[in-house]
This record gives sequence, C-alpha cells and structure tokens, in this order.
Amino acid sequence: MKIINEMRLEVESRSVNESFARVTVSAFAAQLDPTVEELSDIKTAVSEAVTNCIVHAYPNVMGKIYIYAAILTDNTVRVRVRDRGCGIANVAQAMEPLFTTLAGERAGLGFAVMESFMDSVKVRSRVGRGTAVTLEKKVSGKTDG
Amino acid sequence: MPVKINTNSGKTIAYLSGEIDHHNAWPLREAIDNELRRLRPGTLRMDFGGVSFMDSSGVGLVMGRYKTLSAYGGRLELMNVPAQIYKVMKLSGIEKIAKIYRKDVNKGEDNQ
Ligand SMILES: Nc1ncnc2c1ncn2[C@@H]1O[C@H](COP(=O)(O)OP(=O)(O)OP(=O)(O)O)[C@@H](O)[C@H]1O
Ligand SMILES: [Mg+2]
Repeated sequence: MKIINEMRLEVESRSVNESFARVTVSAFAAQLDPTVEELSDIKTAVSEAVTNCIVHAYPNVMGKIYIYAAILTDNTVRVRVRDRGCGIANVAQAMEPLFTTLAGERAGLGFAVMESFMDSVKVRSRVGRGTAVTLEKKVSGKTDG
Repeated sequence: MPVKINTNSGKTIAYLSGEIDHHNAWPLREAIDNELRRLRPGTLRMDFGGVSFMDSSGVGLVMGRYKTLSAYGGRLELMNVPAQIYKVMKLSGIEKIAKIYRKDVNKGEDNQ
C-alpha cells in the first residue's frame, strides 16, 4: 500500500499534551472522512499510546514523544507513537488485559483499548532504549483520499 | 473544576464534564474522594452526560471510586454514559460492579 499523506509531531511528555496529540492525529485522519465512531476509536487509541509514554516510559523525567501518522491508498490510517524511555521487558505480558505495573489508579486497559479499537497494534521495545507502538485502522470513508 | 458534586439523603451525585484522561482525572478523583470521605454516602452516582471523551484513565477513576465505596458497602451507579465511553467501559468489565445507564438510549428507562 502506498502512502499518500504523512505528518510528524514531536511533543514533550507533559500530560497536557495528551489531548493535543489525540486531537491533532484525529484532525489529520479526518481527511479520510471516517465515521464519528471510527474517528473516536482512533482518538482513544492514540490517547492510550501517548499516555503510556508519559506515565510509563518517562516516569520521573521529561522526554520526547515522536508521533507519526500516514494515510495509505486503501483508506488506512497508520499511527506510530514512539518514545526513548525505559522500554518494556515483556511485551506479551504488558499487552495482556488488566496487566499493569502501576496498580492504583491504572486499570491496565490501554493496550486492550488499542487492540479492540484499531485493526492492528504492533509493539517494538527495548529495555533502556524505548518503545514504538504502531496502530492501523482502515476506515470506511470516501475512496478518493 | 469539571465536576459538580452534591449529596442528598445518602446519595452523592457527581456531574462530570469535559474530557477524562490521565491529565484531567486527578482533580476529579480528589473532589469525589473528598466527598466520600466526609459523608460516606450509600450510593455514588457518576453522571457522564457532560463528558465528551474518556480513555482508560477514566476506567481507573471509576474502579478506584468503587474500591473506596465497596470498602464500607456503598454502591456505584454510572449515568448518561455516551457511546464512546460505553465502548471503553465494556472492555473493562465495569458493568459487573456498577449499574450503567447509557445516554440517549431508551431515555429514562433502565437500559443496562
Ligand atoms: N511506552 C511504554 N514504555 C514503557 N512501558 C510501557 C509503555 N507502554 C506500556 N507499558 C507497560 O505496559 C503496561 C500495560 O500498559 P496498558 O496501557 O495496557 O495499561 P496501563 O497503562 O498500566 O493502565 P491504563 O492504560 O489502563 O491506565 C504498563 O503498566 C507498563 O508497564
Ligand atoms: Mg496505559
């Protein structure tokens, strides 16, 4: 599938950027004319990935969050959210519903939300180096991009 | 503060508004917990009618309040839950611990 449009956004890991990032990516995805539900699915999944960078990747420090989004020829939106934070030792375990390393106010549902709201979720991570989460969703909007 | 709270005859109602994410959840939690600690109501009703977005941080908010309530036998009700939020809640199993009333579905009825 060819890429017809792409955007990049780099923000600091401040929690105020959670809404900025999800709104920006969903505004970019809106060019595919998705349904209201599809757009809010994308927005919610991006919010999960970005929040994880802020809460987990950079727990007590400021770091950069690198967000990339692309529109593909088959009406797919691809979003990659990357950090240079602590990394995840066991990705399969981290992705299990209800698994969390921060019990208390966290439900352990972020990855479950991403997996159920998007068509695919891919995670690459190295301890001490960082994590990249790639999300894809094909939307049922118009076909001429 | 994006929450209005009042308590009447053992029932606390928290009218939430705006977007509930990790950034916004903290003041909501503090305000609700304050009321629960002070008055120990038999029922807490969280009203999502004015909430335009919620992610898993909102689930954490609900689960945390449930823990506080259930420690002394209180009940939890979730009212006017919009579609996007209901979708997130469904993944969490919240409906096993609280009654969920959806927004704009069979208005005024129990539509759990
Ligand atoms: N970018 C990241 N860097 C480091 N660890 C991460 C990252 N994203 C997720 N994790 C790890 O994976 C676990 C599961 O993440 P997930 O988003 O599913 O749940 P959570 O963030 O703990 O809770 P919730 O998302 O419900 O608030 C986290 O507890 C954390 O240990
Ligand atoms: Mg998370």
